[in-house]
Amino acid sequence: MKKPVEKNTEKNRKVQEWRRGRSFLFLYSPLLSFFLAILLAFLLSSLLISWIGASPLLAFKALILGAFGSLNGFTETLVKATPLMLTGLGLCVAFRSKVWNIGAEGQIHLGALATTLMGVYLPHFPSFISLTLTGLASFFAGGFWAAIPGWLKIRWGVNEIITTLMMNYIAILGINYAVHVPLKEPGGFLPQSALIQPSVELPILVERTRLHAGILLGIAGAGVLHILLARTTLGYQIQVVGLNPDAGRCSGIPVGKIILIAMVLSGGFAGLAGMGEIAGVHHRLLENFSPGYGYTAIVVALLADLKPLAVILVSILFAALIVGADTMQRVAGVPNSLVLIIESLIVLFVLGSRALSYVRHPLFFVKDNGQRTTEGKLRIS
Amino acid sequence: MLVGALAGFLGTFYTHHVGLGFLIGMAASGVFSLIMGFITITLKRDQVITGIILNILALGLTSFVYRALFGTSRTPPSIKPLTPLKVPILGDIPYIGTILFHQNLLVYLAFLLVPVSAWILFKTQFGLNLRAVGEHPRAADTLGVPVERMRYIAVILGGIFSGLGGCFLTLAQLNRFTDNITAGRGFIAIAAVIFGKWNPYGVALATLLFGIADGLQLRLQALGTKLPYQFLLMLPYILTIVALVGIVGKSKPPAALAVPYQKDN
Amino acid sequence: MEVWEWGSGDSSTLSHPHTSIPLYPLPYPHTPILPYPHTSPLSYLHTFILLRIDKITKRFPGVLANDQISLEIEAGEVHALLGQNGAGKTTLMNILYGLYQPDSGQIYFKDRKVKISSPRKAIELGIGMVHQHFMLIPDFTVAENILIGFKQRGPFLNLKRVEQAVAELSHRYRLQVDPTARVQHLSVGSRQRVEIIKALYRGAELLILDEPTSVLTPQETHELFQILRTLTAQGKSVIFITHKLNEVMQVCDRATVLRNGRKVGTVKIQQEGPEKEVIKENLARMMIGKEVSLETERTALKKKPVQFGKEVLKVEELEAVNDQNRLVLKKISFSVRAGEILGIAGVAGNGQSELVEVLAGLRKAVGGRVFLNGQEVLNEPPRKLLEGGIAHIPEDRLRMGLVLDLPLPENAILGSFHKAPFSFKIGNALPGPRWLNYTEIRKFTERLIISYDIKTPHPEATMRMLSGGNQQKFIVGRELTRSPKVLLTVQPTMGLDIKATEFVHQKFLEQRENQVAILLISTELDEILALSDRVAVLYEGQIVGLLPADQADREILGRWMSGL
Repeated sequence: MKKPVEKNTEKNRKVQEWRRGRSFLFLYSPLLSFFLAILLAFLLSSLLISWIGASPLLAFKALILGAFGSLNGFTETLVKATPLMLTGLGLCVAFRSKVWNIGAEGQIHLGALATTLMGVYLPHFPSFISLTLTGLASFFAGGFWAAIPGWLKIRWGVNEIITTLMMNYIAILGINYAVHVPLKEPGGFLPQSALIQPSVELPILVERTRLHAGILLGIAGAGVLHILLARTTLGYQIQVVGLNPDAGRCSGIPVGKIILIAMVLSGGFAGLAGMGEIAGVHHRLLENFSPGYGYTAIVVALLADLKPLAVILVSILFAALIVGADTMQRVAGVPNSLVLIIESLIVLFVLGSRALSYVRHPLFFVKDNGQRTTEGKLRIS
Repeated sequence: MLVGALAGFLGTFYTHHVGLGFLIGMAASGVFSLIMGFITITLKRDQVITGIILNILALGLTSFVYRALFGTSRTPPSIKPLTPLKVPILGDIPYIGTILFHQNLLVYLAFLLVPVSAWILFKTQFGLNLRAVGEHPRAADTLGVPVERMRYIAVILGGIFSGLGGCFLTLAQLNRFTDNITAGRGFIAIAAVIFGKWNPYGVALATLLFGIADGLQLRLQALGTKLPYQFLLMLPYILTIVALVGIVGKSKPPAALAVPYQKDN
Repeated sequence: MEVWEWGSGDSSTLSHPHTSIPLYPLPYPHTPILPYPHTSPLSYLHTFILLRIDKITKRFPGVLANDQISLEIEAGEVHALLGQNGAGKTTLMNILYGLYQPDSGQIYFKDRKVKISSPRKAIELGIGMVHQHFMLIPDFTVAENILIGFKQRGPFLNLKRVEQAVAELSHRYRLQVDPTARVQHLSVGSRQRVEIIKALYRGAELLILDEPTSVLTPQETHELFQILRTLTAQGKSVIFITHKLNEVMQVCDRATVLRNGRKVGTVKIQQEGPEKEVIKENLARMMIGKEVSLETERTALKKKPVQFGKEVLKVEELEAVNDQNRLVLKKISFSVRAGEILGIAGVAGNGQSELVEVLAGLRKAVGGRVFLNGQEVLNEPPRKLLEGGIAHIPEDRLRMGLVLDLPLPENAILGSFHKAPFSFKIGNALPGPRWLNYTEIRKFTERLIISYDIKTPHPEATMRMLSGGNQQKFIVGRELTRSPKVLLTVQPTMGLDIKATEFVHQKFLEQRENQVAILLISTELDEILALSDRVAVLYEGQIVGLLPADQADREILGRWMSGL
């Protein structure tokens, strides 16, 4: 018998050589192309800024200072990063199983609703117990909202992109109704619920800021999901279902069940994000408490290449954009919707650069009976 | 749709001419759809991801441009909308006349476009080639149909039509622009395509159904029912989901939908 | 029986061909009409070179697919392009059809140097191609399929005129097709005829047929050959791509052999006479590159006598519907004993895929019973069947057998990831996830790579980086190491070269000796006959015949396969 181990290590060297070769061509490095995409996005948006007669330099300075320039700004960035992180983490799971959950926004709302209900009606327990119960309630509320389109998909094959989006509008309108009528603060005039009881509030981490413990939950969640996806059979099955459901079914993976689990996990994390907003920030249910976190989280998850640990960084980056944009609007008079533009441009450029690098990268040339088959497919797609 | 809505609005606002506004709106969304085409057709990236991201981009871009031009004033700027056109004689029929023949030009155009697009899709060489590219691009390619070009044309046409839809919102219905004015109508339209079994006539029926739901909801609000208005507003969205569940298995999309075409494989 | 007669009907259509159908041009004016078969060597004096390929080279990353290939095609001949999988046949033809551009070399069509930049250009020149996988849209009618991409005056479709033209073409070349039928309702044979008409309608003078017989019954093959003769008799030329020697001997005038991207030589075929066998052996040698005797390949497989055990898989009156809700399995009954190979022959699309899907738990049956080791398992989920000892080598390996974007180790544990040693649980009674044990998984993968001789750049390479043959070996290895009791396998050697095919067959026989019951479904009669202990034929969802292998021969099976 041949000595295969040696042979393999020789091949191993070869692959590593390829990988080294990659670092010389800067576009091939995912990190560099990521920063390049950010740079390009900022360049392009600076055109927009100068078009409206503001100074891009001033605007970006305001943006960066606003996000990181002060303790207040920085903690605010982390506060905004929390829902993005939690929701983005959940979306990593859903997107890995190729279920296009666009409904995180609605799932956040459901989580918020559950938190409010717990906060208003739960009998008084020690904070630890209350928070655990509330966490579970909002996780399952969000998970339930995601499970509906998930179930429609596996039972009848209904397109989840449309149903999850429709569920967003339904959830938002539902919350709107809730704060106007049944949950409206007794005796109040504004459309908002009563304050939740202090035992359900998330502890504040830094005095005199709004930074609450939700961010810790996010970071811990990232760790848990990372291990879940990389090391357990469940993560493995989610990956297989996402990349090739037919092969999964063929080898005995219960594809529908896995999709449903992925969907519930995804909605559950979004529900936790909703809990963070209510129990950590607002302490009561409001209309429009989420400025589209659910949508931004989609971008976060995609940009993090569906890697939970990367979500931590990307969500902080995006939160910085959001916080900084408010300062930018105040100081430089640039509308804060610029953030959405910058965000989406970054993803578009990353998509584009990946296309370029994949076409030319030797690792993605494949020999098959003398013909080149397809280039490597985008991992997140 | 959003891009079309805003561009049409701006066009009309500045040129004081509704017709020009429409043209500008359609052109703008046509150009915007070119981005979609470039990324999905030329770069062969995932169509779903690109679509989601471009929706977010459009949301940000329209809101940004609108704010930049008009600030956040209390009284939103509005324009003189498209006026209803009365069809002579037919419009005089009581009741039915007002409903059917007292609409603005765009409504007539929309209904006219149904048979026209059906005819183009099913009765012309162009339509046959287009459908072939959607069903089996490789087969079309081996017969000399330029697959990428056809797909570009399809994406741009789709963009122009949705731009027209967006224009309708700003120029004929609401007379002003607001953030996310479309509120998911683009996605409802996708649902309508599925519900309408990928056929213009079916799509027309499906959209009529959604229109009825929307009209009913407005009507019920006006009548002042006991139901909270939020639930009425939910109606079109719920209907969309119900419709999708109802049509399951009976609506077959083109085989190569959302699959990037790779020449050598 | 092979004598081709000149029917008066045919010559009359030749005499006034362009009065009725102006849509497609006549054969090239100088094209002599060659009678068939070429009875006199003198007829070659009049030959006209329709196509000349000069030193075509095409390189793909890492592979020289075509190396300085030169070739001449005469008007009115059937020219075989012979070679094993991966010899470069398909690449060469894709160059001819404008799908690839050659790196160097020239193409002359009718003595004019041409550059075939796209299929459209090829069509304009008069080159038509019938792909191995038909390029037809099942939802469209025949006429619509023919019209796709057609250049005509005005934007409107004139389906009526096309239907008429198709009717005339089918009459002229004896290609029976109903132009108004939807392609999805046509048999494979008629689909192929639609492809030929598609090319003829565009005025093709040179038809390229890529492995045209691989999907046909022997009878349909026979019909196809007659069609080819009609075509060449009327001056059309045909390039016949194949790896089957017998067919070359039956229908071709000359054959060019390719091996490893190079041309080995061109041989004139004699369909009759004493030299026939010599030519055949020659061709085989040219193709494979070493001395082989022909009958052999299958006697080389040592099929030891095996004592059959009990019935491991038993199917009773099984009924199932396809995706269009049509009944495609009609009360099928059979059984496979331990140590037995039951071959199921039949033309693709007669219920084979559905049968295997039902047995693997991927499709719900609507009636009947299935027993695995005496236990009823109908409509149980795949996981349960796999644990009951079923292994499945699927037909569409890329779609059902592998996850191309995952590395080899992850692919190796598909189907067994939930069991030790690949995954474990901390505290058996506790709820919680199962953890993957990558050390064990890697070890297993490396063993698989070694014992099945899988060529991979790296044990953790992405599955996509392996060649088709190695991917198939990987699946076979994975399924067999699960030590199954029943092996379901569909077209296990499709697309493999001779060496890999032999290897896979050898592995099947080993399993047979280990008392595994094997259900072998294949459209390749050779494969069925070489391996099976009993042979059944599936036709339109029914088992139309079942014989011990030593009593089965091609003729009977062929008749059954076409429903006679």
